[in-house]
Amino acid sequence: MSRYRKIIKKVFASLLFIAFFSFNNSVMAADGEALFKANCANCHKPDKDYTGPALKGWSTRVPDAAWIYKWVANPAQMIASDAYSKTLFEKWKPTVMTGFSNLKKDEIDAIMKYVDDYAPPADPAGASAGQPATDNSLLFGILTLVLAVVAFILLQVNSNLRKLSDEKEGILRGEPVPFYRNKTYLMAGILLLFSLGGYYTIEGAIGLGRTKNYQPEQPIYYSHKVHAGVNQISCLYCHGSSQDSKTAGIPSVNVCMNCHMAIKEYAGEKIVKEDGTEVNGTAEIQKLYEYAGWNAATKSYNPDNNGDGVPDGAKPIEWVRIHNLPDHVYFNHSQHVKVGKQQCQTCHGNIQEMPEVYQFTDLSMGWCINCHRETKVDFLNKNTGEGNKFYSIYEKFHNDIKNKKMDSVTVESIGGTECQKCHY
Amino acid sequence: MNKKYWQNFGDLTESERFQQASQNEFQEELLPLAELDGKGMLDTPTPRRDFLKYLGFSTAAAALAASCEMPVKKSVPYLNMPDNVIPGVANYYASTYVNGGDAISVVVKQRDGRPVKIEGNELSSITKGGTSAQAQASVLDLYDPTRLRHPLQKSGEDFKEVPSFDAFDKLVGTAVAGIAGKAIVLLTSTINSPSTLQIISEFLAKYPGSRHVQYDAVSYSGMLLANEITYGKKAIPSYQFDNAKTIVSLGADFLGTWLSPVEFSKQYSVNRKVKSKKPELSRHIHFESMMSLTGSNADDRFTHKPSQTGAVALALLAKLGGAVSAPAISDAKLVKGIEKTAAVLNASKGAALVVCGSNDVNIQVIVNAINDIIGANGTTINWGATNNTRKGTDAEIVQLIADMNSGAVGGLFVYDCNPAYTYSESKKFTDALAKLPVSVSFNGTMDETTEQCKFILPSHHWLESWGDAEPKTGYISLLQPTINPLFKTRPFQTSLLKWAANTSDYETYYKNFWAAKLGSLTSWDQAIQDGVIETAATTAGATFNAGSLAAAASKIAATKSAATEVVLYQKVSVGTGSQANNPWLQELPDPISKVTWDNYAMVSPEMAKTLLTLDVMNNQRQADAYEVHPEKPVVKITVNGKSLELPALIIPGLNSSTIAIALGYGRQSANKDQILDRTGRAAAGAGKNAYPFVTTDGSTFLYSAVATVEKTGETYPLAQTQVHGFTEGRPVIYETNLSSYIADPKAVLAEPTHERAILTPEGKTDYVKDGTMYPDFVKPGIKWGMSIDLNTCTGCSACVVACTAENNVSVVGKIQVQRAHEMHWLRIDRYFTGDLENPDVVFQPMLCQHCDNAPCENVCPVAATNHSSEGLNQMTYNRCIGTRYCANNCPYKVRRFNWLDYNGSDSFADNQQSLIGTDTNEVINHMNDELTRMVLNPDVTVRGRGVIEKCSFCVQRLQENKLEAKKQQDPTLVRNVKTACMQACPTNAINFGNVNDKESEVSKARADESRHFYVLEQLHVLPNVSYLAKIRNTDRQIGVEEEHGAATEAH
Repeated sequence: MSRYRKIIKKVFASLLFIAFFSFNNSVMAADGEALFKANCANCHKPDKDYTGPALKGWSTRVPDAAWIYKWVANPAQMIASDAYSKTLFEKWKPTVMTGFSNLKKDEIDAIMKYVDDYAPPADPAGASAGQPATDNSLLFGILTLVLAVVAFILLQVNSNLRKLSDEKEGILRGEPVPFYRNKTYLMAGILLLFSLGGYYTIEGAIGLGRTKNYQPEQPIYYSHKVHAGVNQISCLYCHGSSQDSKTAGIPSVNVCMNCHMAIKEYAGEKIVKEDGTEVNGTAEIQKLYEYAGWNAATKSYNPDNNGDGVPDGAKPIEWVRIHNLPDHVYFNHSQHVKVGKQQCQTCHGNIQEMPEVYQFTDLSMGWCINCHRETKVDFLNKNTGEGNKFYSIYEKFHNDIKNKKMDSVTVESIGGTECQKCHY
Repeated sequence: MNKKYWQNFGDLTESERFQQASQNEFQEELLPLAELDGKGMLDTPTPRRDFLKYLGFSTAAAALAASCEMPVKKSVPYLNMPDNVIPGVANYYASTYVNGGDAISVVVKQRDGRPVKIEGNELSSITKGGTSAQAQASVLDLYDPTRLRHPLQKSGEDFKEVPSFDAFDKLVGTAVAGIAGKAIVLLTSTINSPSTLQIISEFLAKYPGSRHVQYDAVSYSGMLLANEITYGKKAIPSYQFDNAKTIVSLGADFLGTWLSPVEFSKQYSVNRKVKSKKPELSRHIHFESMMSLTGSNADDRFTHKPSQTGAVALALLAKLGGAVSAPAISDAKLVKGIEKTAAVLNASKGAALVVCGSNDVNIQVIVNAINDIIGANGTTINWGATNNTRKGTDAEIVQLIADMNSGAVGGLFVYDCNPAYTYSESKKFTDALAKLPVSVSFNGTMDETTEQCKFILPSHHWLESWGDAEPKTGYISLLQPTINPLFKTRPFQTSLLKWAANTSDYETYYKNFWAAKLGSLTSWDQAIQDGVIETAATTAGATFNAGSLAAAASKIAATKSAATEVVLYQKVSVGTGSQANNPWLQELPDPISKVTWDNYAMVSPEMAKTLLTLDVMNNQRQADAYEVHPEKPVVKITVNGKSLELPALIIPGLNSSTIAIALGYGRQSANKDQILDRTGRAAAGAGKNAYPFVTTDGSTFLYSAVATVEKTGETYPLAQTQVHGFTEGRPVIYETNLSSYIADPKAVLAEPTHERAILTPEGKTDYVKDGTMYPDFVKPGIKWGMSIDLNTCTGCSACVVACTAENNVSVVGKIQVQRAHEMHWLRIDRYFTGDLENPDVVFQPMLCQHCDNAPCENVCPVAATNHSSEGLNQMTYNRCIGTRYCANNCPYKVRRFNWLDYNGSDSFADNQQSLIGTDTNEVINHMNDELTRMVLNPDVTVRGRGVIEKCSFCVQRLQENKLEAKKQQDPTLVRNVKTACMQACPTNAINFGNVNDKESEVSKARADESRHFYVLEQLHVLPNVSYLAKIRNTDRQIGVEEEHGAATEAH
């Protein structure tokens, strides 16, 4: 029996090995990339000219390495004072880069490192030509399978050899049990199935109710790309309550009409849906007019004959909600936008490039917590007076910073990962 | 000196069952394992196969439910967003809570267009931001499913809808034209709205011969008439308890239900706060027959028969030098009390006040005479501004019924009053009403009177109304709507205007009325924003006329008395019964009896001995027999030929020949089949109607009477919460009297100080840090803390309702309360101490103490409860699996478990229906109605079945304040934060804020080292709620029986 025990042990060890590698989905910090996407990607691409110049290789072009910090902090001032900046301006005018005085030096470094290291995503056609898959769990899987088959064959060979030697030595044994009735094999098989089944069940259960990439069809084909991307409308123009309220707010129809009383036709780039059909932007604007009770021909709202206080035929737009948090989660936009100074893109992705909005992140608790662990709060620097003065009451942290016991204060340090910050 | 504080008789006698019960946090029998002993699995009530069936089914169901598609949710923005609305941000509007003459200035919290919470308006100099339980609960009345939804017209036995207001106006117009020549009477509760009074006078002018009758459910006619006799003014003056050093009350429950309790509580608390080491506290002496909320707060309290109230008043007047002869009083204690009271009153002339709750004109005349002698007239009694909350005189309603019967009155318009329920001879009223050709009700629900009327035009709820109120002359409080009318209702005033041929509606009329008074619409705008218009009135007296004293005295001497007498009172919860269908109020435990959902016959232990042969004070077995089960013996009480069977509830401190019964219960409907829809799911079946026991002496209604009582042999269950928690003899309250405190301020807390010293390890000094093996976790920024002053907590329970409203606390219904499953996050523990016959009472608000070293946290197997860096004991519902270990390990017993799905949050429709009657009550359907659910606070999770919940220190408010402080970059904004309980408190007994900030109110309250203590500090759980010890202004030794007082002191 000790022979079998050894085999079981080996099988178990290899199963553990597989499990270890499959569960180890560590979340990587994407500092430079995230910052680039949140702050720069509206206008810059690393390798191609876009609204602004391609950033790769920037260090070879600028007069000195420190130039970049000054430029990012205040481009308008640099244009006035610096020769290289002036040439840049001449080349790209009339567009002027917005200043990002909130970005710290190390953050700018991270962004610049990201653009320098940037490699364009491989052409899908060329990928099969031998480039190694980045996810090597498949490789391990195949390897494990091969080894398992080899082990199985060896065991069978071993068993046959033993049978032969027994016959030779005249030892009588019962007919050997075929492998499919061998309890060891059965046990190993069951264990394997159980582990795999358990893994997928748990993965599935965790994913229940999560709707990453959810992209429902909306009553009006509203393109954030056209509005926020091409036409550069500030997010806060429509979602103003994200500064004041827990909800970002979906603009009421009258907000749309502020612009669309004048903008009757879509004359921009052709909009093509993923299924290849073309979207008629002008027709979509017409839909808005119907909701608003606006008569485009007479350029006036319909009269209110039925006395309900709104133009006849007007009704609110029933958008399909994409970002749903469970009822036991309290999330406040103004906390993140106004106090935390987070960019919309951090959670919603590059919304200015999305023709139709989809859920960019899985909005899971782990995702929230990770960000809270990494993000630094705008902690008051008692020497310079910079930062949010609210944090002046955190005396312990001020002392610790002074005594070099800590260098920065994260959301987690002020209690941002505690249950009752979001669940009450 | 070993004081004993006890909550119930088992606690007092330390009976066996009581000790057993205190071992078990949860006393349910656990099925099926509890019944397994000695039997096979198949013989159990739930055999193994059933178990497997259920397991299989639930797994399959869960799998099926989980594999369903995610529901598609819609986000529907406004068509045109109003510019003052930000979705998700609350707006606050000043308005006024009005109910039957009561008026409290409030601020209404409105979230996304619907009112969800009532707060006091701090700009009002009457209530100064205080509220009552009833005002707090009234937001739920707005969403009451029994509210009438459109105008109705009688059609046979039932009613049919009138399609429009115009049609209704026509119908009533024709009907009124048909009774030309006969009087129309407007029957309302007390109206103190200036604009409404003007509209009424315009209406009456249009219909000559018609009149306005004001009728109060509980009458103050005796005071009005007595003031007419002695001061020549048929009005009630305003009282200034804050000017009084000595307050004597003869049965007036001025902190609970008498006249203007919120105003009086505010004033009363001013001189009850300990402000220095040598404090000057007011002295409150109370004479009463029952145990009232105010009486339980008194420094000294004396009991007497209800029929002796006049004799006590006379004796007091005689002792003070009044020229009257007082009837003899045999009770030596009472005589001594009167003598002492007279001495105290004499010593504080000019700063003393006597108030009396009796509705007997003669007694009130005598009380007026006393007040005149002690110099109250013009100092503590202010005739410069009259109190306008009660104006009805009893003779008027009696005359009205006579006129209705004689045919002199042809039409009756009823608004905001319900005489078919509150009038003692309600049959007479309804019979007379039936004879009238025209009867219109403007009441909002189908109450007893409304269902007898021919036409019904429901008026708006106050939260939907414009309006004004003048509870005190010169002090105007304005109403503004905070929600569009939910139903097809119309203000009573608009109807009167229409029918008086005035074309404007009330809103326009009201605006013009005030714009004219204030000079411009701009100043009206300012007034409506503030909610109050106040013109400072000077304190003034009135000329006292002593001519009628002798006549009054002789009438008092002729008062009948008997061996058993009944006294009728109101509870701070249900009051007169107009809010009887409010589940929050019905489930609010009465501060004294701790009973919910019912009224009962309150009797003293002495009466219980003779009447029920139960000696609960001394006999452990009888105490258990009476107390352990909710079933109480039923007694039959007969007054004036009418009888009522009620369960007897034994409460110490009642006069031994008095039975006290609460009014406001036993609401009925003429149509028994429709009682749930008409009377309501909360009011139906709650208690019995005691209004028929109201008697009359020919001029006023009397709320006490001679009675006979007998035992019936039946029982009736009462859902009482006081027997659900146990202190196990641990000291939880510290109190002393004023002279001892001044002599040695440290003595009151000598016991905990000593305990702390012996529990600190040798050689160490800091009990907090060194008394534990756990590390000391710092709270780097904010540390939240609360301080509760036991000296000013009156037990009024406004905080309990405020907490319920703020935190979506479930209503569980009577059956569940009987099983100790009530969900209140904040309860008010009532302790008796001292003399067994006339004990002192202490109220202690008890809520989660947010222990820094919390025993609940380290027993949770899933870390669903843990500690925050701000000192909060956090409860995470979605992580809780319901083991209840935490509740078991909590020394304060403040964790509540959701035994059932009270909110419908995790259920399919109607799956609670089968539980009604056995496990829950109809009220669950009330609270789960689509309409009622609009009251839920959207910032607080609604809890499902199987999770523990408890006080969160209103964490949603803390987070909101912190966010605002961060936005403003101003840490002083989190210095003092108002929790719901603190904001509701009419006596400012609760302080809350950041303890790390030495400038915060809570830090300042804790600086009073001689009174500041933690409950059960010796357990080293390090609570974040501290209490301030109670100081009574009395000569007695607190907590010691009076007879043995001297002996104990000698030890």
